[in-house]
Amino acid sequence: MSSSPESLFPLLEPLLTQVGKPIQYVGGELNARTKDWDSVAVRWVLMYPDAYEVGLPNQGVQILYEVLNERPDALAERSYAVWPDLEKLLREHGLPQFTVDGHRPVGAFDVLGVSLSTELGYTNLLTALDLAGIPLHAADRDDSHPIVLAGGHAAFNPEPIADFVDAAVLGDGEQAVGLVTDLIAAFKAEGSPGGRDELLTRLAETGEVYVPRRYDVAYLPDGRLASVTPNRDRVPERVRKHTVMDLDEWPYPKTPLVPLAESVHERMSVEIFRGCTRGCRFCQAGMITRPVRERSVEGIGRMVEAGLAATGFEEVGLLSLSSADHSEIGPLAKQLADRYADSRVSLSLPSTRVDAFNIDLANEFSRNGRRSGLTFAPEGGSERLRRVINKMVSHDDLISTVSAAYSQGWRQVKLYFMCGLPTETDDDVLEIATMAHDVIRAGRQATGSKDIRCTVSIGGFVPKPHTPFQWAAQAAPDVVDSRLRALRAAINSDRSLGRNIGMRYHDGKPSLIEGLLSRGDRRVGAVIEQAWRDGARFDGWSEHFSYDRWIAAAERALAPLGVSIDFFTTRERDADELLPWDHLDSGLDKQWLWDDWQDALTGYEQDDCRWTPCFDCGVCPTMGTDIQVGPTGRSLLPLVAKPSLLATVPAGTAVEQD
Amino acid sequence: MGNRKPDGPEFVAPVQKLRLQYAKRGRLRFCSHRDFARAFERSLRRAEVPMAYSAGFHPHPKISYLGAAPTGVGSEAEYLEIGLARRCEPEAVRAALDSVLPDGLDIVRAVDAQDCRPGTLAEQMHASLWRLELAADPAELAAAVDRLVAAESVPVERLTKDGRRTLDARAPIVSAQVRPMPAEGSVGASTEQQSGGVPVAAGNDTRAILDVVVRQVTPAVRPDDVLTALRTVAGFAPSQPPRATRLAQGPVDDAGRVTDPLRSTEVPVSRAAPEY
Repeated sequence: MSSSPESLFPLLEPLLTQVGKPIQYVGGELNARTKDWDSVAVRWVLMYPDAYEVGLPNQGVQILYEVLNERPDALAERSYAVWPDLEKLLREHGLPQFTVDGHRPVGAFDVLGVSLSTELGYTNLLTALDLAGIPLHAADRDDSHPIVLAGGHAAFNPEPIADFVDAAVLGDGEQAVGLVTDLIAAFKAEGSPGGRDELLTRLAETGEVYVPRRYDVAYLPDGRLASVTPNRDRVPERVRKHTVMDLDEWPYPKTPLVPLAESVHERMSVEIFRGCTRGCRFCQAGMITRPVRERSVEGIGRMVEAGLAATGFEEVGLLSLSSADHSEIGPLAKQLADRYADSRVSLSLPSTRVDAFNIDLANEFSRNGRRSGLTFAPEGGSERLRRVINKMVSHDDLISTVSAAYSQGWRQVKLYFMCGLPTETDDDVLEIATMAHDVIRAGRQATGSKDIRCTVSIGGFVPKPHTPFQWAAQAAPDVVDSRLRALRAAINSDRSLGRNIGMRYHDGKPSLIEGLLSRGDRRVGAVIEQAWRDGARFDGWSEHFSYDRWIAAAERALAPLGVSIDFFTTRERDADELLPWDHLDSGLDKQWLWDDWQDALTGYEQDDCRWTPCFDCGVCPTMGTDIQVGPTGRSLLPLVAKPSLLATVPAGTAVEQD
Repeated sequence: MGNRKPDGPEFVAPVQKLRLQYAKRGRLRFCSHRDFARAFERSLRRAEVPMAYSAGFHPHPKISYLGAAPTGVGSEAEYLEIGLARRCEPEAVRAALDSVLPDGLDIVRAVDAQDCRPGTLAEQMHASLWRLELAADPAELAAAVDRLVAAESVPVERLTKDGRRTLDARAPIVSAQVRPMPAEGSVGASTEQQSGGVPVAAGNDTRAILDVVVRQVTPAVRPDDVLTALRTVAGFAPSQPPRATRLAQGPVDDAGRVTDPLRSTEVPVSRAAPEY
């Protein structure tokens, strides 16, 4: 495509004095790289379609940025959503969406890889395409435009954005970007025979890249899907997800990016395992990332050491979907805490479960830090509901865990819940108040002090594709809102307890739109485009989100098609309904998902296959994968002593500068 | 269980204080003071500078920052002071920090506080020399500057976090000098006089340089306030936002020149400003 585009920075520079937080558009972060344009065959832009402060820490983007830039035949630069103040100026001055590394126009690259963690970034994707001069509709693009390739968890149902993306990759990206790069490099080396059309077919015929335009969708008279079928001979019926089997072979990011600008996570993250088989029925991440694959203790130790040296961060987060579940988390926590005992480095363990063992872990991790707050996620207010969602924590277990935490110096406990879960009643939600009251009572008893806090944080439940709840009816916003109002009243019904309890929640409206975008089919694309044309931007930000705008766009775009927003959200699906993502293979057996959905309705719990026999979810046999867990009994490798940077500076260097 | 003690390293009183001069150059002039502070504190850890820490449950490294140049304004002359837990060669600390900071955030100089002028660092900062590069005709700019300097006072409004504030942009101005931008946009060290008449080159160059010495007052008068004042007195409005740089800050000598805030020296630092 076009060769060696010049940096747009001189043109952007005068605009940057007129926008908020200009540093986010400047690039040059510690560990950022810019490669020579002409030295490589395949050029990627990796875009996170949200603000820089959210997008920069994203692990997926950072991993692929390094993996691609390590290849001699590829380069990758990053781009983030620009805020409306800069969008306006870019349009006024005729400047395009740009990368923060080389400040090159996004439209000049071969591939625009978009990391979609949440559906609420879809409108920002449209802004970026439009600013980049890339036609919004994939069908309108020609050989001069990049291949727009979606990845991330939302890409497991890319149908709502099928009009706007050329292709999507499901699952782990490390090897998938290699496959796409190899394929494009070979195609270009051949002289790009057949142009864009042939390239997309080549991607599609691998069965590892989904090209929506190679599949035709038909609908039944009642609006449900009739069929999704390949429209070319070379294209397979189903597209499979990618699974990296040995995390130790992929120790990325090795040199995490350190922004100058403030970002949402001021810490370094090391992914200690991928996947989760706890089987929480609401959790899309747990379902689509199976099986569990652990990074070894030595591998984790090396990544922590190298990453700290490369960044200067003071906090290390041990990342995964349920970090305390690593088979060697106990020894790992103790060894890391010992290793960094004399430094100011603190360790954190996001995503933990409720049990006593985790208090010991938290104590270990807080040796270098403070014991401010512990977070637990019972998710459901009542034991009955927790059986439905398969997140079994008894009321008594929670209270005894919390008592232990308070008595060991922790001052605040945060509890996460969801509202609007399948089968939920008002009483289930009101039990959250009982639990919070009991937590405060237990804390006061354990500490003999009234000065303790409990925060209750509540999110609206959104049913997601590839989960047992993919058939469920989403709760309407007014149902969620009225339950939350009743809960607040119940919490405050006892003033003496209620004043130590904080309650955080959002209303149910954004959840409904997220639900539309999550379980929609290709017809929802028209809603996204309409909302975007009406001004929708940064929908994940409450100050930018407009429910009324989305509802108006949905009515306008869906009414001519004979469907409605309710059709996609509050409608329960039947066993025999063809779902928009059924041709996208996450490995989960649809019959198993349905059985698990039925088990949910009867409150029947499912164990974890790491510790009990396989329950045939289908992933391992379909994907040719296997659970990879310890314990291995190994320990951290000793650190190699290295002289400090200060000691390496020759003494007696001239002090005078000028 | 119960009574907790701070479990970090013991409180260590600083055994040595270093005053650092740093620059915010090129693209990194867009970093805010908060951005710089975060990057600097990280660089202290990466360079393993033996910092002294404050006492308490949340020990902080001993760093005293001074009022920073605004976001978007470059600087050759920002200052701060750090307290060390063991004595170090100042130049070694400077070089170590500079090597781990991104290019554009550059540690220019490090001097032991004992070797500096008496008094705190903040007490030295009487005035700043700002350079504004403007897309404007030098003669037109010079005329506007003359009117500004001739005025008794020029109130300007600025939007702050606390709402609109009015400040006098004229009173703190010590001197102002206009000249055409040298060709190829290179603004090297000036050998021109700082006071007296305003030299204006012939020709129709459309880029001009304004060097202005402004006393440190509260609230501070910043380059954009000077620009607002020029618009107020003379309707002067360049076609593009200016590019501004703080070239020096420190004590002001009898001739109205900004001098070195670290060392007692006869040489005004505005003359010795490095090229950028």
